Amino acid sequence: MRKVVIGLEVHCELKSNSKIFSSAKNGFSDIPNSNVSVVDMGMPGILPVVNKEAVRNSIKMALAMNCMVPDYLTFERKNYFYPDLPKGYQITQFKHPIGTNGYVMIDVNGEDKKILIHDTHLEEDTASMDHYNDYSLLDYNRCGVPLLETVTEPCINSADEAVAFLEGLRSIFLYTDTSYARSDKGQIRCDVNVSLMEENATELGTRVEIKNINSFSGVKEAIISEVARQNEVLDNGGEIVQETRRYDESTNKTYTMRSKEDAIDYRYFTDPNLPPIKIDKEWVEEIKSEIPKLHNERFRIYTKEYNINTKDAYTIVKDKKVSDFYEECVNLLNEPVLISNWLTGDVMKYLNRESLTIEEAKLNPIMLTDMIKMVIQGKINGKQAKEVLEKMLDTGKDANTLVNELGMTQISDEGEIRQIILSVLAENKNLIDDYKAGKKVFDYIVGLVMKTTRGKANPIISAKVLKEELEKYL
Amino acid sequence: MVKSIIELNEDLRNEKIDSESLFNQSVKLAKDSQKEYNPFVTILDKYEKNDSDSLVNGIPYVLKDNISTKGILTTASSNILSNYVPVYDATIYKKLKEAGAVLVGKTVLDELAMGGTGMTGHTGIVKNPWDKSRQIGGSSAGSAAAVALGIVPFAIGSDTGDSVRKPAAYGGVVGFKPTYGRISRYGLFPFASSLDHLGIFARNVRDVAIVTDIVKGHDEHDMTSLPDDDKIYTKMLDQSVKGRKLFYIKEALENDDNDSNLSEIIDNFKNVIKKCESIGIEVCEESISKELLLALYPAYMAISCAEATSNDANLNGIHFGVRGEGKTPDEIITDARTKGFSELIKRRFIIGSYILQRENQEKLFLNAYRVRRLVVDKMNELFKKYDGLIMPAAAGIAPKFEDKTDKLSDKYLILDNHLCIGNFGGYPSITIPCGFVNKMPIAINITGRIKEDDLVLNMANKLEDVMEYKNQVAGGDK
Repeated sequence: MRKVVIGLEVHCELKSNSKIFSSAKNGFSDIPNSNVSVVDMGMPGILPVVNKEAVRNSIKMALAMNCMVPDYLTFERKNYFYPDLPKGYQITQFKHPIGTNGYVMIDVNGEDKKILIHDTHLEEDTASMDHYNDYSLLDYNRCGVPLLETVTEPCINSADEAVAFLEGLRSIFLYTDTSYARSDKGQIRCDVNVSLMEENATELGTRVEIKNINSFSGVKEAIISEVARQNEVLDNGGEIVQETRRYDESTNKTYTMRSKEDAIDYRYFTDPNLPPIKIDKEWVEEIKSEIPKLHNERFRIYTKEYNINTKDAYTIVKDKKVSDFYEECVNLLNEPVLISNWLTGDVMKYLNRESLTIEEAKLNPIMLTDMIKMVIQGKINGKQAKEVLEKMLDTGKDANTLVNELGMTQISDEGEIRQIILSVLAENKNLIDDYKAGKKVFDYIVGLVMKTTRGKANPIISAKVLKEELEKYL
Repeated sequence: MVKSIIELNEDLRNEKIDSESLFNQSVKLAKDSQKEYNPFVTILDKYEKNDSDSLVNGIPYVLKDNISTKGILTTASSNILSNYVPVYDATIYKKLKEAGAVLVGKTVLDELAMGGTGMTGHTGIVKNPWDKSRQIGGSSAGSAAAVALGIVPFAIGSDTGDSVRKPAAYGGVVGFKPTYGRISRYGLFPFASSLDHLGIFARNVRDVAIVTDIVKGHDEHDMTSLPDDDKIYTKMLDQSVKGRKLFYIKEALENDDNDSNLSEIIDNFKNVIKKCESIGIEVCEESISKELLLALYPAYMAISCAEATSNDANLNGIHFGVRGEGKTPDEIITDARTKGFSELIKRRFIIGSYILQRENQEKLFLNAYRVRRLVVDKMNELFKKYDGLIMPAAAGIAPKFEDKTDKLSDKYLILDNHLCIGNFGGYPSITIPCGFVNKMPIAINITGRIKEDDLVLNMANKLEDVMEYKNQVAGGDK
């Protein structure tokens, strides 16, 4: 068995109002070339101006990945010709990336693994191109969108680990609120480096790069397919050629793009239009303080301290908004398990059915915890609670209002319940006879009590009182 | 149009003439000059003007054709941009427009501002107004010629090595390049961004100062632009220069071949030193390692070609400019660039690319930057003692067309290549006429400390006052 060695380069578009070097809007648009300025178009004479918000987000990510942040912000030019690159060079960071020497902890099938981050650097995205038979169309909306490229060390050893890392990384983007990180919109893209190491070998095998994979499942399939290909080549006594390949989703195979000999020399040099900017230490601290507890830390707390099962804990931390909602609930009502049950159960079921996010839902933590409190206090029963919750989500009304509207306030007064039971029994004398005859009518009578009170009678008290009353006839 | 900005401004205020007539006069002079001297790529025919109470309100001027002007053809004198009409205004153009100055035309340059002969523009060579068989120099050739010919009182150029100050010297006019970052580069088609400056031509120092006051200032579109210095240079022109100290570089004044023009230039320079002393400026001789001085031009070429090859990579004919033919994007780009650039440009791009290649960067590119750093360190050390450097602007008079060269000649003259020191350090640097050799104008250059634009203008103005070459126009009154 040869050891699989994988390194990833992940490009992710950062959030910001305007583009990284221009005032054009950074936003996904269906109308091509609608968010474009002369700077994005590389018109003669334009100059880049760094967007502070994009820098802030890149620093936030660097810190969240435990990276070192440099003293100065600098940029290099990466020179190559392609129509999607209007300036003929991409402004990127080569010498002093915004983050270096970091790590991200991931969970691979229940086990922790540390993925080392070589660096993460800030750059501008290129235009997008659609190729047709004898022409291509260019959309410059994406051109100049801030992009953060994160490069791992070759320390990933399986396709599952690669996907776990990508999911972990995406989660950090979402938790730090620095990117939407949606692969369906091309906001997160990946290059994969794969090599195989013979058993007992001390040096890495020849590396093959697979470019521009747009989905996590694609990454997984590409790695599996490339590992199989390399194994086959080596098994047949062949040698792996250092090259760049592309992955074709339709055939599930990788194909040669260019060999090492054709590798482009990007002729990097410092962009003279962007003088070094001092990165203030206090600013970095301020940004650091804004990083929320990340998903793996929350997962640990939920499972270890709150004793929530891993499946539910995973469901909660998967979406920061849900997790934030959950934590707010726990702050309001110290019943983490109960809240988790309601949230991952009925609330999520409703959201999935209606295709809503937790933010879009007409439910807030106060509403949910108020309802749970009513259950705990016995004001409503579980079945009623489900109905109240559904109505809350439908209408946005709070639990109290709904309980009143639905006439659900429980009758827990023993005397009152006894009166109701006595009148039910008076109207159904035949049931007393049946009872005396040993027929199983107890639950039926409870049902009648509930029907009479429209479910308001406390079922436990009702059962107790009924038992007392019936025993009188024995 | 031989009057100064101040004089024209007075005429306009006193309604001796109106701005539209001035514009028409300039346009006529421009058209008349075109056949003989070819300074223009575009001469405007529509009079357009904003109202302002600035000194240049209503005064005609020209821009080098590498400055972005919305709706007006801007070619950088290159075939690849021969159809390019910008969609935005350069900051300098915007400021002049707001100040009420009236644009008359766009002037010829050496293609993409590379070169110093005025002979490589796609619309033909620019001739020297003092002698049609000679170069005006470049790359701001048309702007220098337009001012020397008296078509306009001032013109805007750009200066990466000496592209304002050298043609100013050859054309007998004043050429000034302020501190790097003093004038926003936004909208200037780049040649080499770390060396590129905008500059001003006029026929006297005061006019240059007036225009500088208008076009300088911080620009949020240019991260290399300096914060505002809140000074009005025009108001400081007449301050006393008594006690100021200048130096010249001994090694640059060697004349081993006994070139007769150079001898006259050196004699003239000695006279200029006397003039300096007459107004209280002390001039001393200083020595700089010849090795370092000899490295100026190669370092300049390495840095400028490297930056240019990247800066001009946007000229691919895909989204603007003349489009190439071909089936693939690669073919289209290759065709556009093959047809769009002259041989000289391609040569510089190849040099630039070679210098930037991974295996050459350390030896060529980074060493060039080290030379630059050493030169700047040396200058800054001397600037602790002196207020500026004074030197003849060139080692000769404007060359004949047949002497055109873009190659390192065997005879390398430090004196012909020292002006790029001003670009290496971003120093304010001015060239003013100081006499004639063989009936051709010659000039001296003063380069000062960074951000001391006011002092450089002040010293130049005082020196100009005691010389007789202020407001001169080629071929007499026009």
